[in-house]
Amino acid sequence: MAHSDDQQERIAQAAPDGRTVFWRTLEEWQRHNVSEERMPRPTGQAIDASAVDRRGFLRLMAASLSLAGAGACSRAPQQAIVPYVHAPPQLAAGEPLYFATAAGLGGYAVGLLVKSDGGRPTKVEGNPSHPASLGATDIFAQACVLDLWDPDRSQAVTHSGQVSTWNAFVAALESRMGRLAADAGAGLRILTESVTSPTLTNQLRSLLQRFPAAVWHQYQPINRDNVYEGGRLAFGEPVEPRYRFDRARVVLSLDGDFLGGPGVRHMRDFAAARLGEDGQPHPGRLYAVESTPTLTGAFADHRFAARFSEIEAVARAIAQALASPAGEAQGTPAVSAVAIAGCVRDLRENAAESLVLAGDAQPAIVHALAYAINLRLGNVGRTVAYSAPVLSQPASQADSLRTLVADIAAGRVDTLLVLEGNPVYSAPADLDFGAQLAKIGLTVHLSLYDDETSAQCEWHVPQAHFLESWSDTRAFDGTISIQQPLIAPLYGGKSAHQVLAVLLGQSTPNDYQAVRDYWSKAHAGADFEAFWDAALHRGFVEGSELPPKAVALKAGFSPERAAPAYTRDEALLDIVFAPDPTVWDGRFANNGWLQELPKPLTKLTWDNAALVGPQLAQRLGLDNEDVVELTYRGASVKAPVWIVPGHPDKAVTVTLGYGRHRAGRIGNGAGFNAYLLRRSDEPWCGHGLELRKTTEKYRLATTQHHFTMEGRHPVRSMTLAQFHRDHAAELGDERQPNPSMYQPVQYEGYAWGMSINLDACTGCAACTIACQSENNIPIVGKTEVRRGREMHWIRVDRYYQGSAERPRTFFQPVPCMHCERAPCETVCPVEATVHDSEGLNLQVYNRCIGTRFCSNNCPYKVRRFNFLQYSDTETESLKAQRNPEVTVRMRGVMEKCTYCVQRITNARIEAEKGNRRLRDGEVLTACQAACPTGAIVFGDINDPDSRVSKAKSSVLRYALLGELNTRPRTTYLARLSNPNPELQDQQAGDPTAESVG
Amino acid sequence: MTTATPDTFAPDLPSSLGAASRGEGKSMAVRLSDTHSFASISEKISGIVLTMPTPRWWTIAFALCSALSLVFFGAISYLFYEGVGIWGLNVPVVWAFDITNYVWWIAIAMSGTFISAALHLTRQPWGASISRFAEAMTIFALAIAGIFPIIHLGRPWFFYWLAPYPNVMSLWPQWRSPLVWDFFAILAYLLLSLMFWYLGLIPDFATLRDRARSRSAQIAYGLLALGWRGEARHWQRHRGAHLLLAGLAVPLVVSVHSVVGLDFATGNTPGWHSTIFPPFFVAGAMFSGFAMAMTIAVLLRRAFDLGDFITDRHLDNLAKLILAMGLVLAYSYVMEIFMAWYSADRYEVYTALNRMRGPYAPVYWALIVCVVVVPQALWSRRVRHAPWVLFGISIVINVGMWLERFMLIVTSQHRDFLPSAWGMFYPTIWDWATLVGSIGFFAWLLLLFVRFIPLISMTEMRELLAQQQGGS
Amino acid sequence: MAQVFRPGLVFVLKVGAAAILLGCVTAVLGWRSLIAESPAIDAPVTQIPPFSHKHHISDVGLDCRFCHATVETSAFAGIPPTSTCMTCHSQLFKDQSMLAPLFASFREERPLRWIRVHRLPDFVYFNHGIHIAKGVGCSTCHGQVEQMPLIWRTQSLEMEWCLACHRAPEKFLRPRDRVFDMAWRAPDDQLEQGQRLLADYQINRSRLADCSNCHR
Repeated sequence: MAHSDDQQERIAQAAPDGRTVFWRTLEEWQRHNVSEERMPRPTGQAIDASAVDRRGFLRLMAASLSLAGAGACSRAPQQAIVPYVHAPPQLAAGEPLYFATAAGLGGYAVGLLVKSDGGRPTKVEGNPSHPASLGATDIFAQACVLDLWDPDRSQAVTHSGQVSTWNAFVAALESRMGRLAADAGAGLRILTESVTSPTLTNQLRSLLQRFPAAVWHQYQPINRDNVYEGGRLAFGEPVEPRYRFDRARVVLSLDGDFLGGPGVRHMRDFAAARLGEDGQPHPGRLYAVESTPTLTGAFADHRFAARFSEIEAVARAIAQALASPAGEAQGTPAVSAVAIAGCVRDLRENAAESLVLAGDAQPAIVHALAYAINLRLGNVGRTVAYSAPVLSQPASQADSLRTLVADIAAGRVDTLLVLEGNPVYSAPADLDFGAQLAKIGLTVHLSLYDDETSAQCEWHVPQAHFLESWSDTRAFDGTISIQQPLIAPLYGGKSAHQVLAVLLGQSTPNDYQAVRDYWSKAHAGADFEAFWDAALHRGFVEGSELPPKAVALKAGFSPERAAPAYTRDEALLDIVFAPDPTVWDGRFANNGWLQELPKPLTKLTWDNAALVGPQLAQRLGLDNEDVVELTYRGASVKAPVWIVPGHPDKAVTVTLGYGRHRAGRIGNGAGFNAYLLRRSDEPWCGHGLELRKTTEKYRLATTQHHFTMEGRHPVRSMTLAQFHRDHAAELGDERQPNPSMYQPVQYEGYAWGMSINLDACTGCAACTIACQSENNIPIVGKTEVRRGREMHWIRVDRYYQGSAERPRTFFQPVPCMHCERAPCETVCPVEATVHDSEGLNLQVYNRCIGTRFCSNNCPYKVRRFNFLQYSDTETESLKAQRNPEVTVRMRGVMEKCTYCVQRITNARIEAEKGNRRLRDGEVLTACQAACPTGAIVFGDINDPDSRVSKAKSSVLRYALLGELNTRPRTTYLARLSNPNPELQDQQAGDPTAESVG
Repeated sequence: MTTATPDTFAPDLPSSLGAASRGEGKSMAVRLSDTHSFASISEKISGIVLTMPTPRWWTIAFALCSALSLVFFGAISYLFYEGVGIWGLNVPVVWAFDITNYVWWIAIAMSGTFISAALHLTRQPWGASISRFAEAMTIFALAIAGIFPIIHLGRPWFFYWLAPYPNVMSLWPQWRSPLVWDFFAILAYLLLSLMFWYLGLIPDFATLRDRARSRSAQIAYGLLALGWRGEARHWQRHRGAHLLLAGLAVPLVVSVHSVVGLDFATGNTPGWHSTIFPPFFVAGAMFSGFAMAMTIAVLLRRAFDLGDFITDRHLDNLAKLILAMGLVLAYSYVMEIFMAWYSADRYEVYTALNRMRGPYAPVYWALIVCVVVVPQALWSRRVRHAPWVLFGISIVINVGMWLERFMLIVTSQHRDFLPSAWGMFYPTIWDWATLVGSIGFFAWLLLLFVRFIPLISMTEMRELLAQQQGGS
Repeated sequence: MAQVFRPGLVFVLKVGAAAILLGCVTAVLGWRSLIAESPAIDAPVTQIPPFSHKHHISDVGLDCRFCHATVETSAFAGIPPTSTCMTCHSQLFKDQSMLAPLFASFREERPLRWIRVHRLPDFVYFNHGIHIAKGVGCSTCHGQVEQMPLIWRTQSLEMEWCLACHRAPEKFLRPRDRVFDMAWRAPDDQLEQGQRLLADYQINRSRLADCSNCHR
């Protein structure tokens, strides 16, 4: 992995051109973009005087001018206006358009509405009518628009490394097809990721009809094999469980992270259940038994840290206790008998209103047990329903890949098409997929980036981004969306449909035709045009979700059977593999927004780490940033340690997706590659890890250094019992405004305010990315983050309470508070930050001279300063991504959350044209729109009926640092928990303790 | 134009003033050695500028300081090129070395004008022999101090937006901001100090003009002397103006440093938000100002063998002033801690404790030693009469005062209200280059000063002598 | 020893000092004019083709919106595509050499390039639609365009100019139905009428001078 020096510069291993490249900020990656500037720069040197590019020259001029005391003064250049020759329809200059489409991660789609500014997709919103979104989005959907404009995307077809053309590729493929036709395609293999697209499935099926001997393999490093295998165990057939958290009162999660990870519908449902019909807080109870700490565990009323391999025992113990009429229970190493009994009583009392789920990574048997428990509790049909799998081909992907590798090794493969995915990087190490590829005659790789797999394949075809191509895809409940493009392929990319069309003998492959043809057959009839338009307009095909199916336990499957004895060498450790919270399986490694997004629980950016629990760290004398050597079944990697409170002892968690060397200038060399330790037989957890501490240190960039509240209670929390007893006592007296010597200001018209419900916030950070994308917030790079210069306008603070072994975790999103008595305003010498007549605390970038006094005076430290030129003003594609409604800030100016003033202004203008007031909900801030749980509410607090006014009238409302009398417009609703009275001693963390450091 | 010979000055002295100053200034009165005549004073002092061959140490020191000055301006140029990000600043610590240096330099700028003005007003002629270079020191330090508020800006080329001038944006600066007060305070103080210094120089320039042998020197000093002919009328106006400026100077000195104190006191940051700051800053400024004056006095005394003019008694008086100010400062530190405790404000208490126990504790304790403990040695008469010991102490004091500003500024910011936003500041090479460079530039200016301008006021020396002769 | 400063020299010195002072002033003024916005106020700009607003408005009698179609709905007034010109010019003046660039543009699908005349300072977000809706007439900012054979800028478009109206809109407002009327002149009782229009059009003047109105 990348070593660190005094400056903690990251060094990219082998850049695409082979030479070593040092970088520090996005602007520097851009410098490297120009080949003659791709030279090693001495670490620590902030600028490269040897290559003064245009900006460098301009800055030199600015410098000399400002030295002369008259900087930034020059005649504005004469501009030209270039109108269309023929104006495109429905396009008015300056008016954005919105189109419905869908994005899928691992084949599971989320419906989106994408904003198009003058033909450029710039912002992603959730599609309110799409079942998987309901208007919300996760971080991946928000960040995908940056992938589209990524200058590192592969831009040309290459043949064994040399630039070639699509026609040359088609010719090569067609010449090969003669031979394939001869032997029914015996040597042909297609490797895809999880496929849910009906059109693609149809194409593959017809391809297999054309070449009966060909095989379609499916592999994705983070897959749902165990979910389907569990179905086979319990019901004898693979099923797709669909959970209805909005109907569940008591939820038991067996290492399932339904509040984190991709997809937002579960979060929305869960949050909905916590607010009763009467508007009163009404939390059910969430039990979480989990290995690696997740957002679900952080939100749980009871969290039990169990080693990955112990969770099966817990599941069985629950099943047994449920079976026994008296409900007596045996304990397990992780969860005491008392706790299990208490949990089971809860489940029983809430039969048909409870829900038990297992994490995707858990072995099939745990899923099977969860299915069985739900059956016994009568939850099926109420809180959980089962349907046919969403994946077109639910067979085990691990087996599928293993078979493929075996075939290759046996020489049975002469043509391999890898459509999407990056198996050379992400396949389990024992399969050694990269080496196998060499044995194949013709290898083709279709992907967004010229990545590790492309390097090993004969042909690489640039893939069209999903915003550039037609397709269709299914959501978690099977709902089908037509994926329509917003822009023609920037770099002549092609979609999987087009590549397959070539194999199917179509001379001019066209993904639009492919999708449309399929649907004109699937939905034949006179009303097809209407159906097609409706599907495109609405963003999904109505009534296309998969119907629920009745299930019954397979004969011979008995959940009550005791767990098989599990023997292990206590001297050795477990290793747990987990998808990375921000770069997932590595596909987002070159996405700057996601790289710089602090990982919800560790607050780490730009790197992954070996996560260990406090006990293990203490026992082995490990400290954060210590480099350890992890050796597992012969393979070994070096990784920096990060201590995670609540992580089980005797286990190490490594997250996938890092340590890439052909990701692009952003992803290259970040973190270490955990796939090198992964094994195809135990993809998620294995025993027998050796951990050796080295003397090295590797500097990690975290955005939050202190995790205790220091007795200051920025996050207020109470149990439901306390709430009903006396909530005022718990909330303190900040609710009464202190006296002030200033005259009170009256706000006629609108008065904008925000309420953030900590009882709904899961800490997923979708708000941070949505804000970054809406407001042109630059990324700054690892070194700058280490210096404490990250630019996020809304950060999600994370606090721990209680012991390091069993902490309670709190999240708190912190945007600008828009204080009515804003301390920042009185100290700015040039009135660059002032109040407007609707109570917004404004930051006028072009007036700011950068004294930074306002940041000093801001008790919330939500102001962010451009210490250097962070915004990339060079790269055309990145310029095209920007929101034209928001100023791109230059170096030396302060910036901060504006409550999305551009959205307010545009909405107000539209309203005022019609002489009407803005309606409640007409203005959504970017963070509010993205929030999966609706924790953020924004609106006019002068309007007593607005949602925000109602929220602020809640007894749970409190102001952050209210004692300073800043009168913040952004206020919070306290966090509630509802621990099981029988298990008070088992409650995670002791609310009074403050011992985590 | 008639040229006056120095010896014609004494008779021109308004007798009233001689009388006025006679018999006063007993308390700290200083006697020049009687070996001196008016002529010998002029000879000795103007000789340093006109006749003395350039000493070797001067050339070496000048070369070194020139190099450091280049470092200073190199660092600033690079700053303009790249942005303030080259320093170790961050959020929460948005001010560190830049503002520390600013406060430190402006404090050093304190003593000069104050010494001569205050002593002039209180008829304490003993200060005459140290006032000239102290004033020079003031102006140089102030000029350097003035640089920092400008270069610390994110967009320094817009610094003039702090000034209220008519513009097409029809906008004014924000009068509630102490930074705007700062702008005016520094500007006024700089202009006044310049005028005060130059006014005192005019008669001496005339002397130099008349004593100069080379024509170039005659022209140069002639221009500077603004046609001074030593007429009674000239003297009368000179006195009047000098008295007037002195009267203006004293309140300005106080105002400048009060405003600097308000820069912080108006902020809500724990550790800053305190009414004690203005007086506290004035005291601190006098303290470091006197210390720097002491440093330079000892050096000049040795370098040009000015023992006759800068006597042990001078150093003794300076040392006493330093000691007094040191005690005021010590009191302020105690009060800060007391008020933090007395306020019972969670954040103030934490900041106070954090200074003593937190990551920057070494800075805190180092400054306590330098600023509170070491100066106590000045109680001893023997110490006050050992120039090189005084020199050492004054250096320690100024190091301590720099540390104090760093402590005040950084430890207050790095852990304020929300623990989630706490951070640390680590200086970069550019922070250090700017600090060291500024010191080098200061010394560079002083070196030029001693070579081209009489470093002791000949006029006032003659007055002193006149009084002594009149008095004895 | 000879005198350094003879009276003659002193006089020269005084004159020299005065000259330096004068030099500084002229330097500042020169610099100001150098960085002034271009094209300058009241300076006609030659366009290719030489489009005449005077001809199209006064002689032909076109409405502003015929070409600037989105002025009421969008932030931008809109510059007509070549096809709009061709609605008439496919028939009219087909042989005019003056219009050759226009026909070439249409023939070769190559857009015309107009020199921008009205350019707001940077960092300003201006919206035509709302100004039209609230009774700010074209001629208020663009001058008597119907009399301009070649267009030119009549206003400074600087911030203080914007504020002059945003702080006292009643001086400039006119009835909505007169917005596109080039003949409209401020009546004698403009202030009263303006006050009335402010009320009728529900203009919240308290927020007109907010920074957030134009800066984001």
